[in-house]
Amino acid sequence: MGRTTGIIIAAAAAIVILAGALLLMLGRGSEKAVNELDKELTDLQLPDADGSTPAVATDAPGAAAALAGQSLVVVSWGGAYTKSQIEAYHKPFTAKTAAKINSIDYNGGIAEIKAQVEAKNVTWDVVDMELADAQRACDEGLLEKIDAGVLPAAPDGTPAVQDFIPNGITPCAVTTIVFSHVVAYDETKFEAKKPSKLADFFDLKTFPGKRGLRKTSPKINLELALRADGVAPEKVYETLATKEGVSRAFKKLDTIKDSVIWWEPGSQPPQLLASGEVTMTTAYNGRIFDAQIGEGKPFKIIWDGQIQELDVLGVVKGTKNLSAALQFVAFATDTQRLADQAQWIAYGPARRSSLPLVGTYHSKPDVDMKVHMPNAPENSTNALQIDFLWWADHQEELNQRWSAWLAK
Amino acid sequence: MAEPLHNTPKDKAERVISRGYAYLVLAFLVAPLLVIVPLSFNAEPYFTFTTKMLTLDPDGFSFRWYRDIVENPQWLEAIGNSLVIALASTFLATVLGTLAAVGLARSNMPFRDFFMALLISPLVVPIVIAAAGMYFFYSSVGLAQSHLGIILAHTTLGVPFVVITMTATLSGFDRNLIKAAGSLGADPITAFFRVTLPLVAPGMISGALFAFAASFDEVVTVLFLGGPEQRTIPRQMWSGIREQISPTILAVATLLIIFSSLLLLAVEMLRRWHAPHAQLPKR
Amino acid sequence: MTTETTSLAEQFKRSGKNARRGTFLLVLPLLAFLTITFFLPIFNMLNRSIEDATIADNLPRSADALRSWNGKGRPPFSAIAALADDLARAHREGTIGRIATRLNFERPGMRSLLMKTARVASTFEPPYAQAFNAVDLQWSDPEVWGALRHASASYTSGYYIAAFDETRKADGTRVPRAEEEQVYVMLFQRTLWVAFLVTALCFVLGYPLAYFISQQDEKTRHLLLILVLLPFWTSLLVRTTSWIALLQTNGILNDGLAFFGGDGARLDLMHNMNGTLIAMTHILLPFMILPTYSVMLSVPPALTRAAVSLGATPWTAFWRVYFPMTLPGAAAGGLLVFILALGYYITPTLVGGRSGQLISNMIQFHMQTSLNWGLAAALGGILLAIVTVLYIVYARVIGLNRLRLG
Repeated sequence: MGRTTGIIIAAAAAIVILAGALLLMLGRGSEKAVNELDKELTDLQLPDADGSTPAVATDAPGAAAALAGQSLVVVSWGGAYTKSQIEAYHKPFTAKTAAKINSIDYNGGIAEIKAQVEAKNVTWDVVDMELADAQRACDEGLLEKIDAGVLPAAPDGTPAVQDFIPNGITPCAVTTIVFSHVVAYDETKFEAKKPSKLADFFDLKTFPGKRGLRKTSPKINLELALRADGVAPEKVYETLATKEGVSRAFKKLDTIKDSVIWWEPGSQPPQLLASGEVTMTTAYNGRIFDAQIGEGKPFKIIWDGQIQELDVLGVVKGTKNLSAALQFVAFATDTQRLADQAQWIAYGPARRSSLPLVGTYHSKPDVDMKVHMPNAPENSTNALQIDFLWWADHQEELNQRWSAWLAK
Repeated sequence: MAEPLHNTPKDKAERVISRGYAYLVLAFLVAPLLVIVPLSFNAEPYFTFTTKMLTLDPDGFSFRWYRDIVENPQWLEAIGNSLVIALASTFLATVLGTLAAVGLARSNMPFRDFFMALLISPLVVPIVIAAAGMYFFYSSVGLAQSHLGIILAHTTLGVPFVVITMTATLSGFDRNLIKAAGSLGADPITAFFRVTLPLVAPGMISGALFAFAASFDEVVTVLFLGGPEQRTIPRQMWSGIREQISPTILAVATLLIIFSSLLLLAVEMLRRWHAPHAQLPKR
Repeated sequence: MTTETTSLAEQFKRSGKNARRGTFLLVLPLLAFLTITFFLPIFNMLNRSIEDATIADNLPRSADALRSWNGKGRPPFSAIAALADDLARAHREGTIGRIATRLNFERPGMRSLLMKTARVASTFEPPYAQAFNAVDLQWSDPEVWGALRHASASYTSGYYIAAFDETRKADGTRVPRAEEEQVYVMLFQRTLWVAFLVTALCFVLGYPLAYFISQQDEKTRHLLLILVLLPFWTSLLVRTTSWIALLQTNGILNDGLAFFGGDGARLDLMHNMNGTLIAMTHILLPFMILPTYSVMLSVPPALTRAAVSLGATPWTAFWRVYFPMTLPGAAAGGLLVFILALGYYITPTLVGGRSGQLISNMIQFHMQTSLNWGLAAALGGILLAIVTVLYIVYARVIGLNRLRLG
């Protein structure tokens, strides 16, 4: 038995040593990658103003296949929205540069980016974010700075800075779309009286049934509560700046707290409506559009009290593919791409020059996309614009209270 | 069964009640699993029985969700990843766990209970704590977002199963058999392969199957440590349940139920095969 | 002769020692493996609950100056001047976000104050105290400086204090947090309560079933046991999925109820505590049944029969003879169920909604969403301590060899 034991021990030792060696090698590997990254960062050139000349491929024969063999991880919100981006950005970008794009879904927030940057384990390259989150991430040094000069001009020559809507370009982020948080309901669930205004969302007596609310952040929910409680759009952030104002918002939410089903991914609200789990829910307007027009569901949007926000692209600090990522951002936010995206989902393009190019739904030529846009005049009579700077400073404080409130 | 001493109507009623209760509990255990099998053939994208299904109309049933799995590269990739990770971690867990169990089963093992408690502890440590710890540590050595990281994590979680099954097997194992083999002229290696191994193999295989099942089902460490390249079946199901509830998940679930039934039957057969052998020395 | 015997005895002793060493060497590979992949990582993580040098590293001069302050009265002028300087630099270097986040863990509201102040800190001129107050009057509150002082130490008990829903005043006295921020004590209580309820439910469902199975003939026993083991072997996510299909508002159970009682008969079975309890009981039930059953098998049936023949009613015979003998099995199962239930994460997340969340969900939230790793570690440390104590009780009283898997 002694010899056998010896053999077994030797085998086990070999395995442990092997595992140890692997561990070490991998540790080294990541160190090496960081060194290379540092070098790449110092060598970095930004693409030319028209965004077509890739910085790294000076010896490449042409723009096509300039990024062959490279792959980018692009993170977005999944479902119909990611689909619109794949059609409008990813496919043409791959066709042009031969770069492979790996699309990943997330539910917003900056936590995952922060965890990657702080653990020095960056695997995401480009992230689609809400502007307030991008601003916060920028403050925290989690995003690369993006030089507005790399963004292509409009077809008529208007420089990008003037072509984008206000706040469309911030130091770390380039806006792609205007979207809106709206309340939507299932028409078939309310036979006599249909809800028509934001306050109806909180009226469980007249409009019975469960409600859907976004779980991930106090943003939107607090504004929604205050708006429904009668606070005018221009007074919302003034109110939220005081402790009493925040308590007022929570108190309003308390009135429906036990009837709420909490959602996280944007694809969930239409599903909650479809399965009958809720009768009314907040949602991103494009997802409801997709269910209405794309799938023919009997859903209705209450545009009253909608909350508008900008969605942006940011590049994660320390990505190994910085140059390709910046090229992608410049490409995806050009006039044509933003107009193309509007054929797939009802979000307003962030460039003024894209607006005239917006046409009809890709598979239904009789559906005019313009009337479904959140910033269409008839939809935005009583709209609130998110104050992204206010949220960048206050989000974390309110997150604490939000998570405690949710758990109770 | 029938006990002649008490056969009053009251006893009979009691027996009926206890039998009914037992079958109800059994139904509680098994029915939830059986109910999703027919649902996975739903022609509609719902999680509930449609009228067509209830009236057994063939139009109400379809294989579309199974086709979905086969046609979706993400699911195929997940199946591949799950198999690779589960096989590798099962191998590691079985080798390391068997060795340790052989040690733990010996009477001269110092601080036996203490070490046993340590080696089984991954079973009881709350998984979120373990995954959080691994996240920081594996990130710092560059193992996060790699197959190897998840294999190591799953090995740790699989080891207790191997240790438990193996120590149980070995406790019924008579070491005199090896001495007997030796006295009959077998050298230690022959004795190991001809005597020890056949006796402990069933326990080892069931331990390995447990470890395999544990890895095949594990999602929390994958959520913490895994990157886009480490999508496994449970990870896919997790995001499916949370994001895009479609009966595809039910189809996958049905396949997994069949798979786990096979594993269970294998373990049960090993137990039967093993039982008479284990008693051999005592005869 | 004598020398020969001593050497023989020594040889025996030595070979015994060698064998012991050999035995230990068998365990060593796994022990080393687990130490690297499991014990050290957990230890490292828990260390974050007491060690946090964010402020000491990023606001070095103010941290130094504040450490010499006892927290009473006003902070020293040197600290105020140092902070103006440190903040300006942190703003320039882009570390201010991290600092502000850390301070906000110590005292909610610090983040916006810090961000606001740091943006203009480079323009500050003496007297600095006025300059700070000019940005925001909160700077005249000693508690703000107290939060800074507490965060300045590289080792902190602040996260554990926060885990008990308390906070420290500038001079170090502990006071309860504002009511709307208190949540962790309640969550620990809820987790213990859920674990207890699940254990009780498992006992009520599992004990009679185990008894029933143990009374059958061998063939039936094996068949029924396989039915118990099947869910045990089935993926946790599969079982959770099936509960979703069963329990949701338009799920199978509710469709059944609505068929008989109309839509008003639908019950809230999911997205709340009900969902967590039902699904967890289902998942943990085999852990109760298996040890109970194996103890029941070892009880000779002659015993109860003897009691009955001595005049006891079957009921008395059961409670006075059979039940006490099978209790160790039920206790083994119950304690294991309780321990496992304490750490449950997946099931509450998927079917528990808001009110069915347990402490593990909060730990995950602070790990992955709020990124308050120190607090996650403190909460994890407390949970782990509870589990460890129960585990030791299990190992000592029940014995680890009772852990059987089928």
